[in-house]
Amino acid sequence: MNPSSTNGDGQLRIGFYICHCGHNIGSIVDCPAVAEYVSKLPGVAVSRDYKYMCSDPGQELIQQDIRDHRLNRVVVASCSPLLHEHTFRTAVERGGLNPFFFQMVNIREHDSWVHTNPAEATAKAKALAHAAVHRVRFHKPLQTTKVPIHPDVLVVGGGIAGIHAALTLGNAGKKVFLVEREPSIGGHMAKFDKTFPTLDCAACILTPKMSAVRSHENVTLWTYSEVVKVEGYVGNYLVTVRRKPRYVIEDLCVGCQECIKSCVYKEPKFADEFNVGLSKRKPIYIPFPQAVPQVVVIDPERCLKVKTGKCKQTCLEACADRKAIDFSQKEELVQIKVGNIIIATGFNLFDAKRIPQYGYGLYPNVVTSIELERLVTSSGPTGGEIILRNGQKPKTAGFILCVGSRDLKTNRWCSRTCCMHSMKLAQLFKEHTDADVTIFYMDIRAPGKGCEEFYDKSLREGIRFVRGRVAEVTDWALAPEEEGKLVIRVEDTLAGFVRRIPVDMIVLAVGMEPQADAQDVRRLFNMSCGSEGWFLEKHPKLAPVSTFTDGVFIAGCCQGPKDIPDSIAQAGAAAAEAMALIDKGCIELEPNTAYIAEEECSGCKSCIPLCPYTAISFDEAKKKAVLNEALCKGCGTCVASCPSGSIKQHLFEDEQIFSEIEGVLAY
Amino acid sequence: MMEIRRTIKYDADRVKGFGKEIMNVAGCDQLPSCIQCGTCSGTCPLSIYMDFSPRQIMALVRADFKNEVLRSNTIWLCASCYGCTVECPRQIRITDIMYALKQRAIHERVYPRHMPIPILAKEFAKMVASKGRITETLLVMQLFLRANWRAVLGSWRLGLGLITTGRFVLKPERIARRAELASMLATVNGNRKTP
Amino acid sequence: MKYSYFPGCSLKGLGRAYEESLLPVMKLLGIDLVELDDWNCCGATAYMSVDEGEACVLAARNLAIAEKTGPQDLLTPCSACYLVLNKAKHNVEDFPQIREGVHRALRAANLSYRGTTAVRHPLDVLYHDVGVEAIRQKVVRPLTGLKVAPYYGCQVVRPYATFDEAWNPMTMDRILAALGAEVVHYPLKTKCCGASLTGTVPEAGLRLSYILLKEAVRRGADVIATICPLCQFNLDAYHDQIVKRWGPARIATVYFTQLMGLAFGLDPRQLGLHRNFVPMKPLAAQPSEIRNPKSETQPNLEKV
Repeated sequence: MNPSSTNGDGQLRIGFYICHCGHNIGSIVDCPAVAEYVSKLPGVAVSRDYKYMCSDPGQELIQQDIRDHRLNRVVVASCSPLLHEHTFRTAVERGGLNPFFFQMVNIREHDSWVHTNPAEATAKAKALAHAAVHRVRFHKPLQTTKVPIHPDVLVVGGGIAGIHAALTLGNAGKKVFLVEREPSIGGHMAKFDKTFPTLDCAACILTPKMSAVRSHENVTLWTYSEVVKVEGYVGNYLVTVRRKPRYVIEDLCVGCQECIKSCVYKEPKFADEFNVGLSKRKPIYIPFPQAVPQVVVIDPERCLKVKTGKCKQTCLEACADRKAIDFSQKEELVQIKVGNIIIATGFNLFDAKRIPQYGYGLYPNVVTSIELERLVTSSGPTGGEIILRNGQKPKTAGFILCVGSRDLKTNRWCSRTCCMHSMKLAQLFKEHTDADVTIFYMDIRAPGKGCEEFYDKSLREGIRFVRGRVAEVTDWALAPEEEGKLVIRVEDTLAGFVRRIPVDMIVLAVGMEPQADAQDVRRLFNMSCGSEGWFLEKHPKLAPVSTFTDGVFIAGCCQGPKDIPDSIAQAGAAAAEAMALIDKGCIELEPNTAYIAEEECSGCKSCIPLCPYTAISFDEAKKKAVLNEALCKGCGTCVASCPSGSIKQHLFEDEQIFSEIEGVLAY
Repeated sequence: MMEIRRTIKYDADRVKGFGKEIMNVAGCDQLPSCIQCGTCSGTCPLSIYMDFSPRQIMALVRADFKNEVLRSNTIWLCASCYGCTVECPRQIRITDIMYALKQRAIHERVYPRHMPIPILAKEFAKMVASKGRITETLLVMQLFLRANWRAVLGSWRLGLGLITTGRFVLKPERIARRAELASMLATVNGNRKTP
Repeated sequence: MKYSYFPGCSLKGLGRAYEESLLPVMKLLGIDLVELDDWNCCGATAYMSVDEGEACVLAARNLAIAEKTGPQDLLTPCSACYLVLNKAKHNVEDFPQIREGVHRALRAANLSYRGTTAVRHPLDVLYHDVGVEAIRQKVVRPLTGLKVAPYYGCQVVRPYATFDEAWNPMTMDRILAALGAEVVHYPLKTKCCGASLTGTVPEAGLRLSYILLKEAVRRGADVIATICPLCQFNLDAYHDQIVKRWGPARIATVYFTQLMGLAFGLDPRQLGLHRNFVPMKPLAAQPSEIRNPKSETQPNLEKV
């Protein structure tokens, strides 16, 4: 026991507080009895029970007692430290005591919430309290380390969420790197025709933001680039970005597209990703007319020059005056230093082929919602004409909702946007073709502003709604009107009978899924994914854009399905959280780090490869291990492995742990 | 005179606990998750002939309307094609629930009169329990005798066809260790003839 | 290759042509089938409608006997038996109350059960154990020009789609293609034939069979290939009633093993083809080459 930590007179004076937490603890654990028991333990100066320790009066109690009773240790038995350890440490500090002379005991999640027998639960609480009182004797006064925050921010993903985050931060004067792996920013929203519920043209509202990103003095836009390595910790990230070669010099290309016209492929031959395979492109292309940057890109898998080395290179000739095409370009690895990272990598769409009952891939006139978006857009592959594969206009159409969603066999969750998205497409479908449109649904979810009114608009425009989950889509006819059509068999649950409905075209409202490489991305940024594969937020209610890794934030659909307004809201929230850290200038790190007693280190190097955060290095001159406390996360692996016991951990010293064990066993 | 019917279900019409009883049958525990989407009825090839569609039966069972369920023809029209079970987005084993309902209907002797299917099931079970195997032609003849002996005359063509193609087997199939089988079956419900 | 063989009641009765064609075909392919000692009726759908506990015991007795016989798999051609035996295996594994009842019953017969015997369908064994190539090698009389609608029915692919897909199974399609036949695109390949309802509630059950027959005719098939004795009976034996109720839909339905037998050069009568109500039209007189070359009309069938 360190005499200097007992206020000079060597006397231990522990303050013990047990919280009722309302009924949460108080209804099972006999709190007054525990307080009474602890009050008789050696070294305990004050022992109280109170209804809500985390409340202002509760915290005030601690501070007052520290002053009145000259307490030099404090123990609170209440909920999980994850919730209120920080609260109580701050209270202790305000009372004038080093905050790390505090120990918290969890008698809620570890006791009252998992036991039903009051006598046994109370006995357990006493044992745990006994252990804590034992342990806290050996606590040392520790200081938190302050780590500076680099003011630059990395935004990963150039969809609407990433764009909005980048602009918000840029406008606040912060320097932003926006990294996007496709050749253009814009994400999924760039593919939409109109957005619900206002039926604003998606391109018209998106492109100004895309241009703003391009021309913003504080935003460095790197498209056709990917993050490949992230090192460091909050405030001090070292990120390696791979800039893939476009074979076109970005600064020189003006987007005149002469090179595309002159390509040796006279006709476009390869599936156009932007038009989701509905049209073709050449190996040299601009993703879409409003692409940002408005720069040509050459597909290395398709370009003859890149693949085989043998080509007339007519594109080079076409760009003779600007010389923007450069086949010698190589991939570049660039390192940047940032303080915060915002992940806005978006979503993937469910592959409708996984539900063969709906005939996608088998019947040509079964399309997905995103394919219909491209058909409906005036700059799309059919110039805005909705046509069947045989070129005729559809007279009837069926929209099948919840394709892949709300289904234990595929994806458990509701994709949230498809009801509104489908009603929007249905309205546009009717507008373009005057067809008879029916929406097949289990529920209509229209919770946003203006959305219920949109549902009503759909009803009033004569869109039919049949409540029933479609069982199958088939091409065999049982009645004359079904010949040559796609037949939907469904139970019209509201009307109360099974129906067969022939239609010309079927649109599948495919659900949202996490991106295919979500697991790789989350490992890269040291994040977690939830059980459904979406990036995990720190708290589903209170912290939807933070992650468990400080300095890494998430925004938009990568956190879970949502529509554009919610994505933008989250992007702004993530930008604000990042700004809060940057403007504070520094972050305090928890001092639960390991430390090495240099004179005891034998230089065996066992600890170095074990550290998951590469926080330990070897000093060749001194032949000793050296620990970087800023990188250390306090996992304890090195402490357990050290054969000489020269690595110890703050807050988890041997004598602290052993005394806690003794305390439990001695009860 | 126009024929009208008054249909209202009072709370007393429910048999409280019936839903829970069915949910406790092995494999039927997913029934609480039913969202009444109608995929089962849409898939079921027989739903268009049923009093209540499979979806409606699920709702009725959950709501404890035992009498309505056991008296319907729905459970007997189920062909056990398992289409519903495979397509259900909540993975409810609807076919197994139908079996559970069939068992209860037979046990309580509640089913539409002269409906041949439960009679077929009982005759089948009787033949298996006593001989260990069934001889199809003998079983069908038993069924006709009990359910609708006049239909025997109507099926003369079928019978003749079976005879000429050599598929009309009259020699009863039986296993050697019948007593062993009987003792095994007896451990389930005691020594009794199946109903 | 050695397998225990569970024929089921139907293959000794109405479905005897299935056994008559299955056994010689398997023998030609080098598969040794030994009928399960004193096997009892699996219970099918009917017994399960009466009592769940007893139905599980019925199935379990067969599984226990199979286990006692040896480590080899149990080949089960009848769809209902296949389903019931697999279901019993799952039930015993998943539900303690059923497991207890079954073990208690088995003890009364001095039998034991560990769940080690695999219950397998002939299509599974032919496709995965024998292989399409080996089948192709045995073809002496390719079924060139014969348009076949592959009909799987329900209970082999649902609910346990272990060796093939549930919605669009392809194992039989591929075997038929290896025999040189032209496999017709038949979207109703897993739709219900009506099962026992064809006899008890004909207006419902027979209509399902009628739809299957009608669509097969419409798609241009010469014959429907089936894997279930009840499906074969329903599609074969009720044509007069179907015509009376809804109209003609005349097409022969045979077992896929009978087609295999024909392609292997076996005699039609030996394969039980004379037992059809609606006879299959005899194949063209001249056989083509001994070995079936890969025909250009083969559809591009990807691997399962």
